[in-house]
Amino acid sequence: MEPILTINNLTKKFGYLTAVKDLSFTINKGNVYGILGPNGSGKSTTLGIVLNVVNKTKGDFHWFDGNTTTHDALKQVGAIIERPNFYPYMTAEQNLKLVCKIKGVDQSKIEEKLGVVGLLDRKDHKFRTYSLGMKQRLAIASALLNDPEILILDEPTNGLDPQGIHQIRQIIKDIAAKGTTILLASHLLDEVEKVCSHVVVLRKGEKLYSGRVDEMTSSHGFFELKAEKHQDLLNILENHSNFGKVKIEDDLITAFLNEPMSAPDFNKLMFDKGILLSHLVMRKESLEEQFLQLTDDLETNQKIA
Amino acid sequence: MLRLIQLELQKLWLNKISKILIFVSFILPFTVLILSSIKINFFGFFTLELGELGIFNFPIIWHITTFFASYFKFFFAIVVVSMIGNEYSNKTLKQNLIDGLSKKEFILSKFYTIVFFSLCATVLIGVATFLIGLYYSSYTETSIIIREIDFLLAYFVKLVGFFSLCLFFGMLVKRSAFALGFLVILYIFEWIIFWGAFEVFGNADTAFKVKNFLPLESMYKLIDQPIQRIIMTKFPDKGDLAYDYAVHWYEIAIVLGWTALFVFLSYRLLKKRDL
Repeated sequence: MEPILTINNLTKKFGYLTAVKDLSFTINKGNVYGILGPNGSGKSTTLGIVLNVVNKTKGDFHWFDGNTTTHDALKQVGAIIERPNFYPYMTAEQNLKLVCKIKGVDQSKIEEKLGVVGLLDRKDHKFRTYSLGMKQRLAIASALLNDPEILILDEPTNGLDPQGIHQIRQIIKDIAAKGTTILLASHLLDEVEKVCSHVVVLRKGEKLYSGRVDEMTSSHGFFELKAEKHQDLLNILENHSNFGKVKIEDDLITAFLNEPMSAPDFNKLMFDKGILLSHLVMRKESLEEQFLQLTDDLETNQKIA
Repeated sequence: MLRLIQLELQKLWLNKISKILIFVSFILPFTVLILSSIKINFFGFFTLELGELGIFNFPIIWHITTFFASYFKFFFAIVVVSMIGNEYSNKTLKQNLIDGLSKKEFILSKFYTIVFFSLCATVLIGVATFLIGLYYSSYTETSIIIREIDFLLAYFVKLVGFFSLCLFFGMLVKRSAFALGFLVILYIFEWIIFWGAFEVFGNADTAFKVKNFLPLESMYKLIDQPIQRIIMTKFPDKGDLAYDYAVHWYEIAIVLGWTALFVFLSYRLLKKRDL
């Protein structure tokens, strides 16, 4: 796999506050990565460092194979940080022309990229007349001008209305479908879950997890069950080695798996034992549940320590 | 280099306020120059023709036009501080860096633009002075015309130095209005140094020598006031009026030194700063 960005033991201190602590991860070509963490967990700081606007305290990072300077590498990167920043007195087209000059790319792409984000008809309007959603879409067009190897998005849907959020997500999906590597920082789990294949979870500047989204916890999922023979079912579940925790809410039983087990296998087992299920759903924890579990575990561990 | 100047010119040119200010800083000295060179009739009471005073004679005309034109530098100074202040308030500085401009290139694009405008201003004043001089001057021999042309060089260095100072203040405080305020503070500060030196050395001459090394004073000293010189030409026998008004190499060197320092410090500031 071709690495795009490698971060080694990166640390950033703002005075007494450690915003990023000994962070290491690698981003490979072709995947959609999410950086997930609550507000103030060091997402933007990390991105700021690799984008050359924040100075690191310790550690290092390099783009691509390590032989390009950050300055040159950034010309092959498209990035939007927090809010869209443009010159308010220039039109969309003039703003993009300026970006072309900075990146050293031809201006012929401007029309095409404005088309991608659906702003062609507003290209001659001044940036200050744009709505937030349009501003954010212009920022994406601007980041795409150089057909970047990697697109970095920091909270791209922050502050948008549902329609705007939907538009931005659709654009991101379209871009990802074309094979562009994407790094998406967000505190919205649902967003990361919908878009990303890999995730780095941060909390207070520390990495809690990095890897595939679906492997984030060791959990094998859980069954939601209902049966006439409620008590018998419970007894079987408690004695079966495949199951760990069992939760009961009214007549709904939630049984968490310790070992992998498919729904048909379970159904057959129940049938053999003479229990007829009236309700059987197998589910994996949503990213939100996994995330909370991950952060909670750490907190409890810390309390014990 | 051309790319960096183009970048900055686009930023300035599309901004209405800076466009107006640039026009004013170029057009106003011209208008004043041309108005002063024509015969003005004050409602028939009397006519004022500054040309008659001999101030449009070569070589003194170089001294006079560059001295008075340099007052109009304040208009472009506003442009310089606002071109930094706007980058901060629009957060476009951050975006520029993310888009692939290096911090060094950012400062250089501002500095090149300063040099570019100073050069334009110098060339314009040079041409205008030359033409007015040709029209009014009693002496038009080439040797006399070019005798004090070094005032143009001093004018150029003075502009570049002053705008670099503005650039530094702009980078330092990030807000245009505060940066201009800092200029006033620096002006007062230089007088305090002067007062301190006066207390230490006990005479004003030495104190002035100390002050000549400070940024604003060193820029001012590049082109000394020409009023005394005009009076001198009227009363050639008054020896005590004589003073040293020439442009000296060391005066240029001091200002160039400050310029280099201000540009370097601006870069250092930006490099150290987390945006």
